[in-house]
Amino acid sequence: MSNSNSVDTKKSGHSFDLFDFMYKYGTLILIVLLIIFFSTMNQNFLQTSNLVNILRSISIVTIIGVGITISLSVDGFDLSVGSVASLANAVVISMFVWYQQPAVIAIGAGLMAALLVGAFNAFMIVKVKIPDLLLTLATMFIIQGVALSYTRGATISQNMIMSDGTYAEGQISPFFAKLGQIPWIIIIMLIVVVVVHIFLTYTKHGRYMYVIGGNKEAARLSGIPVNKYKILAYLLSASFAAIGGMVLASRVMTAEINAGGPYLMDAVAAAFIGFAVLGAGKPNAFGTFIGAVLIGILANGLVMMSVPYYAMDIVKGTVLALALALTYYKIK
Amino acid sequence: MAKNKLSMTDITIEFPGVKALDQVNFETETGVSHALIGANGAGKSTLMKVLCGAHDHYTGEIYLNGEKVSIRSPKDAQDLGIQIVYQEVDTALIPYLSVAENIMLNETVSDMGKKQVVKWKHIYSRAQEILTSMNVHVSPRKLVSELSLSEKQMVLIARAISKECKFLILDEPTAPLSLTETDELFQIVNDLKSRNVGVIFISHRIPELFEICDEITIMRNGKFIIKEDIQQTTINRVIEHMLGQKLDEQFPPRHANIGEVVLETMSLSDREKIFEIGINVKKGEIVGLAGLVGAGKTEFCKALFGVAKKVDGDIVLSGKKVKIRTPYDAVKLGFALVPEERRKEGILVHETVVTNFSAASLNNFLKVFSFLDFKSEAKKAREMIQSLGVKTPSERTIVENLSGGNQQKIAIGKWLVADAEVYIFDEPTKGVDVGAKRDIFNLITALAERGKSVIYASSELSEIMGISDRIYVMFDGRIVNEVMKEETDEEKLLLYSTGGN
Repeated sequence: MSNSNSVDTKKSGHSFDLFDFMYKYGTLILIVLLIIFFSTMNQNFLQTSNLVNILRSISIVTIIGVGITISLSVDGFDLSVGSVASLANAVVISMFVWYQQPAVIAIGAGLMAALLVGAFNAFMIVKVKIPDLLLTLATMFIIQGVALSYTRGATISQNMIMSDGTYAEGQISPFFAKLGQIPWIIIIMLIVVVVVHIFLTYTKHGRYMYVIGGNKEAARLSGIPVNKYKILAYLLSASFAAIGGMVLASRVMTAEINAGGPYLMDAVAAAFIGFAVLGAGKPNAFGTFIGAVLIGILANGLVMMSVPYYAMDIVKGTVLALALALTYYKIK
Repeated sequence: MAKNKLSMTDITIEFPGVKALDQVNFETETGVSHALIGANGAGKSTLMKVLCGAHDHYTGEIYLNGEKVSIRSPKDAQDLGIQIVYQEVDTALIPYLSVAENIMLNETVSDMGKKQVVKWKHIYSRAQEILTSMNVHVSPRKLVSELSLSEKQMVLIARAISKECKFLILDEPTAPLSLTETDELFQIVNDLKSRNVGVIFISHRIPELFEICDEITIMRNGKFIIKEDIQQTTINRVIEHMLGQKLDEQFPPRHANIGEVVLETMSLSDREKIFEIGINVKKGEIVGLAGLVGAGKTEFCKALFGVAKKVDGDIVLSGKKVKIRTPYDAVKLGFALVPEERRKEGILVHETVVTNFSAASLNNFLKVFSFLDFKSEAKKAREMIQSLGVKTPSERTIVENLSGGNQQKIAIGKWLVADAEVYIFDEPTKGVDVGAKRDIFNLITALAERGKSVIYASSELSEIMGISDRIYVMFDGRIVNEVMKEETDEEKLLLYSTGGN
């Protein structure tokens, strides 16, 4: 006779709850305050060109963060997205530069490489039952190494010198080169956010994913194919990491060593900040976008105020800690 | 040896909403093994928790050798020489430490004082000494994680007697043990008795109490009923005392219209908890699955629903052999399970009432391309709230904020929305108030009248008697009896489910 839990219905009254209010609107208010602050400090902050610049700068973080959001929605966690972005970046550029392939094949190859990684993650997590965080940490290292080995530890760029002394002859297709430029890079980001938001909120599959994330056992006993959706989640998160990596490739037109790595932490931060946006209390694509906006504004504004780049991580980390405090203090 | 006498008088303890113990008296002495028995919820475990200091808000007195003692913490009890071995042995052991370290845990944790260095030699030799005195052959250097359940129990008993031990409480020690392991345990109990330790033995298996115990105390609904010498009583008298006057629970009238066999299992085993289970359920029939806690009812329900890992044997549904590997398969075949662990398995606590109702049948609430039809989903939820009488502010309320009974209605309602053919209920009234209980009985009866097949698993025998048409009794993972409701009564059921026949 352990659980005689006769909790009464309706615990909370209707009085104004400051914490509740902050939980719901805190992130948005913070963004508004930051905008006001930065624009008073520097006239140029509110100029259209700067705002567009911010959006461009967050687009890759957002796309990768959306992938993480999907893995979080089934109560997973994909840490390998940064490495997968690097890999997709390397594959797509090499397809153009080394193998002179058209854009369709290059992009397809990048996606395929990512899906293989996603399938590996899913298999090890669902079948071998390794905890998500640990397995994707291992995958992160493996794929980082794979990407490095593939590029032989060098940057791939147009007209690079090959190992046999000749110049690489392949060119990046003009179509592909456009993807990383304004306005396309921003449009891609917005499409990703909107599509995933609709997917998670308005379709059966999204509902199942949240249900699985909330209580895996109850979901399973309701007849939901839990493993299938976990696999899907990891394939999707790898795919979005690949899209992020390829947009990055298009923006810099090279494949640098571990190019996607630095995006991991920002993307994780954006996804977790997103929990608290509008009181969602769970991972969601729109929230991840807002999280990325918050980080982007901070980074941009601080640079304008001549805060040195090496101090930037202090600020980002602090914001993440605050957002997590809001979310977890509420959940308890 | 001088006998130590222990007596507890007028022990009363209340938990929010329940009076768990009501002026209970209990007496025993060292050198005797004393059985403490009662149906589920009678208060045996609570009484023993008071005795070993796990509850401190009781009223009443405890005397040792006529002297009033104060037991308000586990330390108090241990200082008086009262030790307990709980049923869940794993909660009290540290798996990655050795047997010796576990036995000597009290010494290394609380009796070190200012000493900083562990004397390994002493620990191993002392542990070996205790094990030898108990006649238990387990190496003190072995890791506890490598032990069998019965060996773990021995380690806990060894820990209990590693300090001065006057009274040792064993809470359902035989439940997980095999017959030979039980015999070994009994030898140890007899040995302890001869060393002037008083053993208090909680068990549901009445026949074995007659084998091992000298005295018996029976409790019912938090009250002391009787204390007797075990020689002077019989199994049937014990059962009568346990059940007492029957409370009239309100079961709906039954207009059974029973048809063909719908579901049949043939020697279903999960190789761990259930063996060779063969039952059948007919159309429109409510089949009760009686048995004590731990008899394997839950495991059987789960095996049927595709939750168990490895299941041998066949399941035949409407004349066709079916393979059920996952709950997904089971749901597709028309099974529905209302699991015992409601909050963990039955409902989605952090989701809304709507989401819970539609969780098992979301495919019925879709528009093109798997887009959700929020309107029809909410409409269905409002219908269900109405027809089940769920007390909730709105269909958008998070289920966590509802009472146990209302949560259970939702756990059941989800399968009504899904419209299954075979409904499996595992302890559906656990932690549910009286009003909601009656609603749940009505619901189940209504299901059967609509031609659904129902399996109702419960350790509450009065409920089984009240609601079922036909009853299977489980004991130790096996079906030990099949009876029609008219041919039996609660006493017989209790006898069967405690291993008698």
